Amino acid sequence: MRKVLFWVFLAMVLGSLIALNPSTPWAQARGPIKIGFITPLSGGMAANGKDMLAGFQLYLEEIGYQVAGRKIELFVEDDEATPATGLTKTRKLVEKDGVHVMSGGLMASTGYALAPYIDSKEIPMTYPIMAPDDLTQRQRAKWIVRTGWNSSQPNHPFGEYAYNVLKFRKIATMSLDYAFGWENVGGFQKTFEEAGGKIIQKIWIPLTVTDFSPYLAQISKEADAVYAMFTGRSALQFTKQYQEFGLKGRLPLIGGGTTTDEHALPSMGDEAIGIITALHYSEVLDNPANKKFVKAFREKAKKAASYYSEGTYTGARWIIEAIKAINGDVENRPKFMEALRKVELRDVPRGNFRLDDYGNPIQNVYIRKVERVRGELQNTVIYTYPNVSQFWKYKPEEFLKQPVYSREFPPLKP
Amino acid sequence: MKDLLASKTRTIALSLAFLVLVLMPPFYSSYWITLLTQMLIYGILAMSLDILIGYTGLSSFGHAGFFGASAYVVAILSTRYKMGFVSCLVGGIGVATAISMIFGLLVAHATGVYFLIITLALGMVLWGLAFRWVTMTGGDNGISGIPRPDLGLPLSLKDPLTYYYMILVFFLVCLILMAIYVRSPFGHSLKGIRESESRMRVLGYHTWLHKYLSYVSAAAFGSVAGVLWAYFDGFISPYNMDLTASIEIILMVILGGPGTLVGPALGAGIIVFLKNFISAYTQRWLLILGTIYILTILYAPQGLVNLIRDWLKGGEKKTELKGIV
Repeated sequence: MRKVLFWVFLAMVLGSLIALNPSTPWAQARGPIKIGFITPLSGGMAANGKDMLAGFQLYLEEIGYQVAGRKIELFVEDDEATPATGLTKTRKLVEKDGVHVMSGGLMASTGYALAPYIDSKEIPMTYPIMAPDDLTQRQRAKWIVRTGWNSSQPNHPFGEYAYNVLKFRKIATMSLDYAFGWENVGGFQKTFEEAGGKIIQKIWIPLTVTDFSPYLAQISKEADAVYAMFTGRSALQFTKQYQEFGLKGRLPLIGGGTTTDEHALPSMGDEAIGIITALHYSEVLDNPANKKFVKAFREKAKKAASYYSEGTYTGARWIIEAIKAINGDVENRPKFMEALRKVELRDVPRGNFRLDDYGNPIQNVYIRKVERVRGELQNTVIYTYPNVSQFWKYKPEEFLKQPVYSREFPPLKP
Repeated sequence: MKDLLASKTRTIALSLAFLVLVLMPPFYSSYWITLLTQMLIYGILAMSLDILIGYTGLSSFGHAGFFGASAYVVAILSTRYKMGFVSCLVGGIGVATAISMIFGLLVAHATGVYFLIITLALGMVLWGLAFRWVTMTGGDNGISGIPRPDLGLPLSLKDPLTYYYMILVFFLVCLILMAIYVRSPFGHSLKGIRESESRMRVLGYHTWLHKYLSYVSAAAFGSVAGVLWAYFDGFISPYNMDLTASIEIILMVILGGPGTLVGPALGAGIIVFLKNFISAYTQRWLLILGTIYILTILYAPQGLVNLIRDWLKGGEKKTELKGIV
């Protein structure tokens, strides 16, 4: 008993010594460039998070953790896919580790939570994955650049595609009940209904659910198809249970891109075949940059390259290009921020993209269908919408007059 | 040596705490100050739960619900209605206490595992409300952008150090109030209920009322922590009040030592510190945290503070919950 106490006591002494240690001075003028990165490494979204981290590290390894004559130091923190933890960990990275630039984050809700803090601290941050619509629409953040996408972006063209090409008329949606899901479904509903279709029901499912049968039982008999938006663990479980429920052959399944994204796809079975989704990336995109990236990523991570890994790989490259442009002078934060907004990248795995005036990428949207090729499941691209903006075909000023997509908007038509 | 240590422990502990909490903060970096602020806020929360666990002998699995409820009230009042600090403070504590008065009617007759299950369910009700009442709470997005309060003083509370000292004052006031509360005759009758409710009832005590008031007062003190947290973090979401959050508070109490007030505050400090600290060094930090919890249960089930007390008393006598305070 006393031995245990001794060790506890020792740990406490050590702890307080570290606590009493006065602040480490901010990075010396030409010390290493510190990049902070948050991502979920535990919990139901860990698969996505590990892809994100591997993609980010892959690019930094390619350049040997060195840019503009300065070393790069990467600080990684687990945000557990919860906004509160994300905020705590970001605060730690900014205030304790003194990072020069922040990146990462998975959940759209985390994106909304971080923005006020980032703006108040004036720390440049990029969002390679987090896709909440409003951060490049109605509540633009001054210190955040988004190199990923926004939730409704691929769903605007996809709504039209579902009506015009897939010929669906009545669709039921099933989605995770949080901002990312609302915005995916909202974007899809808007264009699908404007094309002439009708969303007959919207089923919202809490993030913690593992048994989907009560929700699957609610699907209306009138539906021509089901639109599903899941990610991480839930994507695997949902598609599996959709088949077990006997719905697979009867009711076509389409959905948001993350539902069949490659972070989960290799773990799925035949139940995934035939699902059609829309996203700005697919592992099998046929361009040299992507082939090189996929080969390198598969070697490093020993798994398929997902949009998450491409997003952070390209996101890391984005940050590095900005640092190059200012010659490594990251201490000058306004200048750094300006450089981050001006980056232009060519030969990106997902196809080229550029930022619009609101700070969101204009990029290709791919309609993908899951097929089994040479024994592996893949997202075969069946149609490409080139250069899609977050506002689709609408005028930005007109579009911004409507509220942000939510649980209640757009409402179900009677 | 040990006798000397025993007689001086209180002095040593107090002067150490004074040094670390009052004198030294101006020399810490802003990160350590925010970490200390978090420790103190969670300290208030853990102490408030100690009223229930340590003094009344009732383990509540829904305590984070009150923390969250008052934080949400502050978030809504300050972002949507631009209300000042005092009205938010009163509003937050008022709403959470009112909820606990209603919940108390349901839980106060229960004990043991039944109490645990009912409080768990009610805690989940509050969590569900935060999650699903989207128009009011923002659902999963939570509410962000809660401004630091403006007290009309020349000092800005946006500065981590000033805010820290404000929290410290709140912490001390809560600590003193709770210490008076548990040492009062009423507090002693709570301890009586902890030891034997039937005996207390036979002695003529209205035990239902005692448990009810204990539950409400724990919630009221806990809601103070919620108010301070909302202002501190600038953000509140359902994750702050889910089951995991409630269990974490219980672990703080157990780790520090139930029935000692300062123990749970110490436990809160240690857990907040570990959560923020280990994660920087390893991805397996949840494993380490889990190991610490298991070690606590195995080797120090009476908590650190009680463990130290036993050791100073000579080691052969183990504190039963009976002998505390």
